[in-house]
Amino acid sequence: MRSVEISIDGQATTVPEGTTILEACRGRGVDTPTLCYLETLTPVNVCRVCVVEVEGSRTLVPACSRKVEPKMSIQTDSERVRLSRRMVLEFLASSVDLSLVSAEVLGWMKRYGAQPGRHAGGATVAQPPKIDNELYVRDYSKCILCYKCVEACGRDAQNTFALSVAGRGFDAKISTEFGLPLGESACVYCGNCIGVCPTGALRFKSEYDLRRSGTWDESKQKTTDTICPYCGVGCTLRLTVQDNRIVKAMSPPDHEVTRGHLCIKGRFGWRFVQNRGGTS
Amino acid sequence: MDLHLIPGAAATEAERTAIDAVVTSRRRDLLLPALHAAQEAAGWISPGALNHLCRVLDVPPAEAYGVASFYALFSTEPRPPRVVHVCDDLACRIRGGKELRADFERRGEHCLPSPCLGQCDRGPAALVQAEKMQVITSSSRHVEGSRLLARVGKVDPESFDDYRAHGGFRALRRALELGPEGVIREIVDSKLVGRGGAAFPAGRKWDAVARAPERPHHLVCNADESEPGTFKDRVLLEEDPYAIVEAMTIAGIATGCDRGYLYVRGEYPLASSRMTKAIDQARVRGFLRGFEIEVRRGAGAYICGEETALFNSIEGFRGEPRNKPPFPTQKGLFGKPTLVNNVETLANVLGIVLEGGATFPSVETKLFCVSGCVPKPGTYEVRFGTTLRELLKIAGAGPLRTVLLGGAAGTFLTPEEFDVPLTFEGTRAIGASLGSGVVMALDETVDLADIVLRIARFFREESCGQCVPCRVGTRRQEEILSRMARGSDESTLLDDVGQVMKDASICGLGHTASWAAQSAIRKLKLFSRAR
Repeated sequence: MRSVEISIDGQATTVPEGTTILEACRGRGVDTPTLCYLETLTPVNVCRVCVVEVEGSRTLVPACSRKVEPKMSIQTDSERVRLSRRMVLEFLASSVDLSLVSAEVLGWMKRYGAQPGRHAGGATVAQPPKIDNELYVRDYSKCILCYKCVEACGRDAQNTFALSVAGRGFDAKISTEFGLPLGESACVYCGNCIGVCPTGALRFKSEYDLRRSGTWDESKQKTTDTICPYCGVGCTLRLTVQDNRIVKAMSPPDHEVTRGHLCIKGRFGWRFVQNRGGTS
Repeated sequence: MDLHLIPGAAATEAERTAIDAVVTSRRRDLLLPALHAAQEAAGWISPGALNHLCRVLDVPPAEAYGVASFYALFSTEPRPPRVVHVCDDLACRIRGGKELRADFERRGEHCLPSPCLGQCDRGPAALVQAEKMQVITSSSRHVEGSRLLARVGKVDPESFDDYRAHGGFRALRRALELGPEGVIREIVDSKLVGRGGAAFPAGRKWDAVARAPERPHHLVCNADESEPGTFKDRVLLEEDPYAIVEAMTIAGIATGCDRGYLYVRGEYPLASSRMTKAIDQARVRGFLRGFEIEVRRGAGAYICGEETALFNSIEGFRGEPRNKPPFPTQKGLFGKPTLVNNVETLANVLGIVLEGGATFPSVETKLFCVSGCVPKPGTYEVRFGTTLRELLKIAGAGPLRTVLLGGAAGTFLTPEEFDVPLTFEGTRAIGASLGSGVVMALDETVDLADIVLRIARFFREESCGQCVPCRVGTRRQEEILSRMARGSDESTLLDDVGQVMKDASICGLGHTASWAAQSAIRKLKLFSRAR
């Protein structure tokens, strides 16, 4: 493969042709925030928090999807970049409930000086959670519209197409056809949407219930990797356990078989483990 | 893929018949026509109709619903079969749009507010949406021009023979003599730049598509004229449709396209029916020369005028812009090399081919849509270099407070700036842009704050919602401007919102959404206490 010479923040570097700016930045240890990006999904470049300044380009460009070009000169920490990243984080934090995002995201908010309070009184996406089945909850007041669940439900993983973005503008939302309950939709309960959701908008019902009752306690949780017992594929399950009970089942995104995705059995079919009352 | 349809929802006979009539094969790009058929048959997109069109097109219902709910002219909830969309946008707003709506309501009509309907020269206007669409206007149009508009008002737009009698299809004959390379050379020599708003050299696009090794090539005529204040393309499509057919045929043959698509905004029913007739007549008479043209109707979405959103719309997906690069000349419609030109750009091709590219710069004209506070609102064709003041005089304008140049995505000018020559360079020099040729005249009687807030609402309503800077930014901008109108000083926050939209949005809608408001505040001292 041919290599391409570029410069990142004034430092010359050489990367293979076809590398994205994001990969090049991360390869050099330049921490670049991302929200809608996931290694296992096609980049949709909609959140725009990863934007960088490329010399000669009128607007900023998304690092996650833009591939490097020879002699590209990239600035990742200019005034313009910092302002855009700050504003994207402010926009999201002022319109969406980000209480369950990772510490990493909170770190970016701090780094870029995001002050969501500047937009106090502005419109939000607040709404009651949708609880229409026993397996998972859709709490769209926490949805940043990153499209990951749509991709995981569709072409990038499950090929079920139960979810789409509907509506337009600030009112755009993730929806089934006509907003039908999941049980009447094409959903097969693989839970791959939960696996990719970055904000906790999509959660296991088990986690949702524990949080509501105030007994969700991460300090008492540990994770255990095991192999799903159901079929011969051999998917790795990463089980989160609290008080000796499984509270959620994920799969590592870098796992070569699952790429983080599971089926309904692996994702939700573990209740028998804790049926200690015993069946005869 | 196993389709999972909506339980217990069946299409009515009328819905099924209407959908089946347009779905001639199982192609995703027939989704938009099928949705139009469903909407027209029942007055809304019912779950039963959605089921039926999903089954015949093999499209998942969630996706089809996502597409249907994207467009303002489709309803995914039951509503009366007859709806009147009354324009409350800039020009109609100051010419009695409110009274027109009250009139309709008194007559018991179900009214909805509408963004600009492209009838600013004869507003206030409304669009009646029933089984068929119909535009209601309040006065007759004014047209003045000698090249692009030469036939307008003189030729019978429904007659092939009359078009020929007025010199029609001479350019096509000349183009066939020149051959594809010869035609492209003339376009390059003419230095014609695109009239859609971005002012990109047309010849470079034609050349790039012609040379693209990947096949097939596609041609798209962008007739989704939706910039508030713009109506010039409508005049050409409605009153000289064969000229656009001829120009598309020349462009298609020159750049090696098999097929061309005319994407016309859903609010232009007369334009789409006249264009459809003209294409059919030209085909029957053998004047398409094997080239094929399809008319695709939009369904109420400003964003679909953005070329990559337009591709997605034709292909049957949500009209969300794509990231560029790749550019349309490399990967456009259906992922193939695509030439996209605006209607006015194509109209210029005829003269260039007939007279030669070299002479074009000396005779070149531009269409302007003059509306607002002028006695003779209309479409004016003037030579490049005419000043704004001269154009306003032709339209009979009196003293003005400002002109909004370029539309909602344009900028306000002060009277001191009216001597600007109406050229791409001239306007750029004062930090403005010709955009789509909108010249909206506003005098002291107009409430400027109201106009600026309407522009902010326009962008909020028309943002596709895909990227954060525009989805939330257009909302925040409107909120901040409303507070500023009530006396709050939030210009720093407004600037930050404008900057992120300009820098980090995916497409031109977000890039330009702050311009008008910013120029009103800076240049016209809107919201400043001094005034």
